[in-house]
Amino acid sequence: AASLLSVSLRLCLGISITAWLTLLFVFIIVPAVLGVSFGIRRLYMRTLLKIFAWATSRMEMGAKEKNQQLHKPYSNGIIAKESPSSLQQELQELRGSASCPRSEPEFEMADIFYFCRRGVESILDDEVTKRFSAQELESWNLLTRSNYNFRHISLRLTVLWGLGVLIRYGILLPLRVTLAITGISLLVVLTTLVGFLPNRELRFYLSEKVHLMCFRICVRALTAIITYHNRENKPKNGGICVSNHTTPIDVIILANDGCYSMVGQVHGGLMGMMQRAMVKSSPHIWFERSEVKDRHLVAKRLSDHVADKTKQPILIFPEGTCINNTSVMMFKKGSFEIACTVYPVAIKYDPRFGDAFWNSSKFGLVNYLLRMMSSWAIVCSVWYLPPMNREEGEDAMQFANRVKAAIAAQGGLVDLIWDGGLKRAKVKDAFKEEQQKLYSKVLVGEQDEGEQSDDMHLEDENQEEDENPEDESNQDSTKGQ
Amino acid sequence: AVGPKGIFRVIERSEQWSVGELEPEDFGAIRELSMNPIGDRIISAFFSPGKETVDFASFVRILAHFHPTETSRSRDGVQPEPANSRTRKLKFAFQLYDQDRDGKISREELLQVLRTMLEMQVTEEQLQSIAERAIQEADLDQDDAISFDEFRKVRGVDLIRDQIDNWEY
Repeated sequence: AASLLSVSLRLCLGISITAWLTLLFVFIIVPAVLGVSFGIRRLYMRTLLKIFAWATSRMEMGAKEKNQQLHKPYSNGIIAKESPSSLQQELQELRGSASCPRSEPEFEMADIFYFCRRGVESILDDEVTKRFSAQELESWNLLTRSNYNFRHISLRLTVLWGLGVLIRYGILLPLRVTLAITGISLLVVLTTLVGFLPNRELRFYLSEKVHLMCFRICVRALTAIITYHNRENKPKNGGICVSNHTTPIDVIILANDGCYSMVGQVHGGLMGMMQRAMVKSSPHIWFERSEVKDRHLVAKRLSDHVADKTKQPILIFPEGTCINNTSVMMFKKGSFEIACTVYPVAIKYDPRFGDAFWNSSKFGLVNYLLRMMSSWAIVCSVWYLPPMNREEGEDAMQFANRVKAAIAAQGGLVDLIWDGGLKRAKVKDAFKEEQQKLYSKVLVGEQDEGEQSDDMHLEDENQEEDENPEDESNQDSTKGQ
Repeated sequence: AVGPKGIFRVIERSEQWSVGELEPEDFGAIRELSMNPIGDRIISAFFSPGKETVDFASFVRILAHFHPTETSRSRDGVQPEPANSRTRKLKFAFQLYDQDRDGKISREELLQVLRTMLEMQVTEEQLQSIAERAIQEADLDQDDAISFDEFRKVRGVDLIRDQIDNWEY
């Protein structure tokens, strides 16, 4: 009886594995190879949205019953700031209520209120720091990680959430991990094999196919539902493709639809193995750690690559670090100094299904990938923007800002001047100096203006009541210095 | 007094920093505050003199100063002065100048504030003359320092009440 049991168990196992592998092959691998889609993922997405909407309405009902205010995190911030005005404008306003305006601006003890207010506003909420943590959601997507309101509101909701956990960790996660392993192994093995081919053209052709196929499998491993817009603007050979950066998955998302040469630092371990394999069949650009610091070397290698029109476009993320997909931060100008066409791309993730942002100070890469694979799905939109070239008289920084503005506008992201490097570094003193400079301009005025207002000074003097001539001469001598 | 929205945000931010108590270094994580010329003074306003940490309750009490002032209140005089009264707001600003908390802004303290606000943008002489002028205007009892009452009467500060009533968080 025991042997019968074990035999039947083994048979069951064998059958289920075979069945699963067949399904895998038919529904995922074959479409990935051929580049077609059954539309299953979109159906899945629509169903999920319906469930989320239901869950949110249940929570709202539950909160109303208990007469509590449902905490909806605002993406607009909690501070009633007036429209952003400059330091000069605000100080004028602050002083504008004075009964007898002086003929020239002077230090007022009340000026400190301006800085005080700005300072406390920053403590409560500042534009920069909040870009480095995950965006907050208005509705709940059945993942406790994105929800402050999760309490036991109704049995149905908790059961649904529990079911969600079971499905995500019990079914989706193992499935996705299997796919990921398949995809990565195929990538490593096939690219190495292709690298051995002597015929150059055949090698190029096959390498393209292999890369595309493996990235398509990876996309399915993440259940990524991607919508590509304006594909006629897809990057062409001999150019550079720039995009905003939210997560390492950005690479997979873009490589799913086209072939790019990737740029990056050489890593160790699994990553390093993949890099070595990939470069055998396609000219990716990997830098040693020491070479990264040498800007000229980097620029040269990139320029050489784009000069060769048979090579694929380079993929670069000029922000230099992962931002949380609500804004675009400062682009590093290095990539914009190379003389070639730039193809901007905007990527916007739909946060309702799972937060794709990689907060590298909070989670390591493996932890992050596990979270990704146990989310419902990753839904995003990719827009290919029309190619841009550097114009006459434009320097690299201005060009970079122009591209950044275009990407931000298309993706519906906020365009910020701040450096993504602030995630790790402290604010440079230069910013503080900038504030001091602005303030001193209000007080002391530019040197040129100083000369001119001397004349206006004397005219106003006649109308003022409290000013006495002695004070005027004091001011003159001050300004002269 | 900060309000439910504000509280949630503050809790979240303080979780980022540490559990329990805040230290001056924790405020360094706020980038925009580092840019503010008087950022350090604002930070030290949260810490009682001599104490190196501030607990959450005290932190919120100080933030409460910045809730909009209620101008019409039907309270009797027995109630303690609310945290967000106009006087408290003025006192907060006064203490930004008066770092040693002796109740008076001395010439040296005024100079220090001017230095942090302007630093390398003006010469030492310009700073001195600005400070001189400010003290002359404000110092009514001629003791070479500005007390809190004198501060309230300074031109600009007395008129600022409309503005600070409406700081909204």
